[in-house]
Amino acid sequence: MGKILEAKELKKYFEVKAGTLHAVDGVSFSLDEGETLGVVGESGCGKSTLGRVLIHLLESTDGQLLYKGEDITHVSRSKLTDLRHEMQMIFQDPFASLNPRRTVFQAISEPMEIAGTFSKKEIDERVYEMMDTVGLARRLVNCYPHELDGGRRQRIGIARALIIDPKLIICDEPVSALDVSIQAQIINLLLDIQEQRKLTYVFITHDMMVVKYISSKIMVMYLGQMVEMAPTNKLFEMPMHPYSKALLSAVPQLDVDHKHERIVLKGEVYSPIDPKPGCRFAARCPYATDACRIAAPPLKELLPDHLVACHRAEEINGL
Amino acid sequence: MEEKEVLLSVEDLSVYYITHDLGTCKAVNNISFQIREGETLGLVGETGAGKTTIALSIMGLLQSPPGKVMNGSIKYKGTDLLKEKPKYMRKIRGKEISMVFQDPMTALNPIDRIGNQIAEVIYLHQGLSKAESMEKAAQMLEMVGISRDRFAEYPHQLSGGMKQRVIIAMALACSPKLLLADEPTTALDVTIQAQVLDLMNDLKKTLGTAVLMITHDLGIVAEMCDKVAVVYAGEVLESGTVKQVFKNPIHPYTIGLFGSLPGYRPDSKRLQPITGMMPDPADLPPYCKFEPRCQCKCDRCGAETPRLIEVEEGHFVRCFRAEKENG
Repeated sequence: MGKILEAKELKKYFEVKAGTLHAVDGVSFSLDEGETLGVVGESGCGKSTLGRVLIHLLESTDGQLLYKGEDITHVSRSKLTDLRHEMQMIFQDPFASLNPRRTVFQAISEPMEIAGTFSKKEIDERVYEMMDTVGLARRLVNCYPHELDGGRRQRIGIARALIIDPKLIICDEPVSALDVSIQAQIINLLLDIQEQRKLTYVFITHDMMVVKYISSKIMVMYLGQMVEMAPTNKLFEMPMHPYSKALLSAVPQLDVDHKHERIVLKGEVYSPIDPKPGCRFAARCPYATDACRIAAPPLKELLPDHLVACHRAEEINGL
Repeated sequence: MEEKEVLLSVEDLSVYYITHDLGTCKAVNNISFQIREGETLGLVGETGAGKTTIALSIMGLLQSPPGKVMNGSIKYKGTDLLKEKPKYMRKIRGKEISMVFQDPMTALNPIDRIGNQIAEVIYLHQGLSKAESMEKAAQMLEMVGISRDRFAEYPHQLSGGMKQRVIIAMALACSPKLLLADEPTTALDVTIQAQVLDLMNDLKKTLGTAVLMITHDLGIVAEMCDKVAVVYAGEVLESGTVKQVFKNPIHPYTIGLFGSLPGYRPDSKRLQPITGMMPDPADLPPYCKFEPRCQCKCDRCGAETPRLIEVEEGHFVRCFRAEKENG
């Protein structure tokens, strides 16, 4: 299996009134075909921006992006149309991401219409086929989004992303707006489709349990930077960055017999606008020293495939 | 452990929303539960289960019309709140019973300083002077971990977690006996949620407040609550101590809720979700409300309404299956 997507020092800055907002600040990773990369972090850490940069909804400020070895950092409009056949996106809010004036059929068929190379008959066939795949009853084909509940709307979003047979799908919090029982239905659906079509996912979420279930490897982001990346089981067995440790321990557990120890972080997330030099997590970090406030820690491979950006990671984890 | 006295007792409560164009929505249907002093009861269920309607009814904040309490009683220390006048409720609300709302972004007055908003509750209920109320409000701010220097700030100057802490400070300012927490951490990030939950646990211990914790997150129930009631379409389907329900869930809906969680059986290749959707509250199934989605229904489920059966001491289940197995 080859590399499908590779990012090198990817950056996205926004110029805002107060200064430069570092939404994504030097993210690098490579993703093999059929893998699922989970991107986790709290609101404002830049994970959605990263997703949008990967799929060219936003242009990167700096860095390099490769798709199957080809440089796609800067692409022309026509090249972008081709790229959309390869990568698609599923959005967070099934209430806001669908055009309220288009029917289910129109919404699902739109990517094929835009591609412009399909006959009417082909489009018809594919739309019904997709509706079957994602579990939407065919009778709903002429409904408008407001007539449907959140779970069904998210199925439309998925059908729409799949219809031109992409290889890579960026899922931006696809289940966060749904109730748990519906959320489980959609997660199963995404896993089934991935198996059938050998899809690659970038799965952006703040839900640690969901990401653990669905991903093969996980990137933890904090204020635009990647603080840790590891295969899923390694990250959950041994989170090495102090932020990852706190993040994992903060998730309420179902275990009623053992009270687990929570690492409660002091303070709030700081602003990503013109961030101070040094480690961005230092202000909340229980292990921070003066050195952490001066220089930003580089990403180091401390164990095989396990990358951590922390000056004191070896010491804290007894390596 | 000796059981404390019953603080709040909700009996046979039904609340409907009566509208012209959408029909009658049966939001809450004959719900009964009790909260004892100092105890935390978790009310879990999905969107539309009627959780918030229950809390608003207890607070006397149900918007009417369209909301209407059809029958039942809400007894607080033996007094039926539904029979009391608004003036009485104004005295109780904020002092004896207070509420933390889900969305900290909209629960505060955007054009009043946070300190003043906390002081208002104290001034109204505790008979203190304005200056004394201000001082007490500043102390409350410090108690929830916000420096008193921020007393004069407006809500927009605070982060989401801080706003929710201000709301908790306001809710606890008069040391209420009962706190209704309606999804208090749903709008917050996990590390901030951990801060807020820790804070609530500490305050619960020091002030001895009983809490009705409304949530959809079973993990929060496991960590915060003593007892739990699983609500579906306005009915309690299963209730008991957290240990009873988590270790031995009996109702198919409860089992389905657990099966939907990615963390419940981490080794399985797929989740075991509940099929189908929540029923329309304006058109509920006539007998067992969960019957259309149930994996193990029998003929009786579509012909008779199941009662709550006590399967072990304190553990109740509304399902014919439980009835069969327990005589």
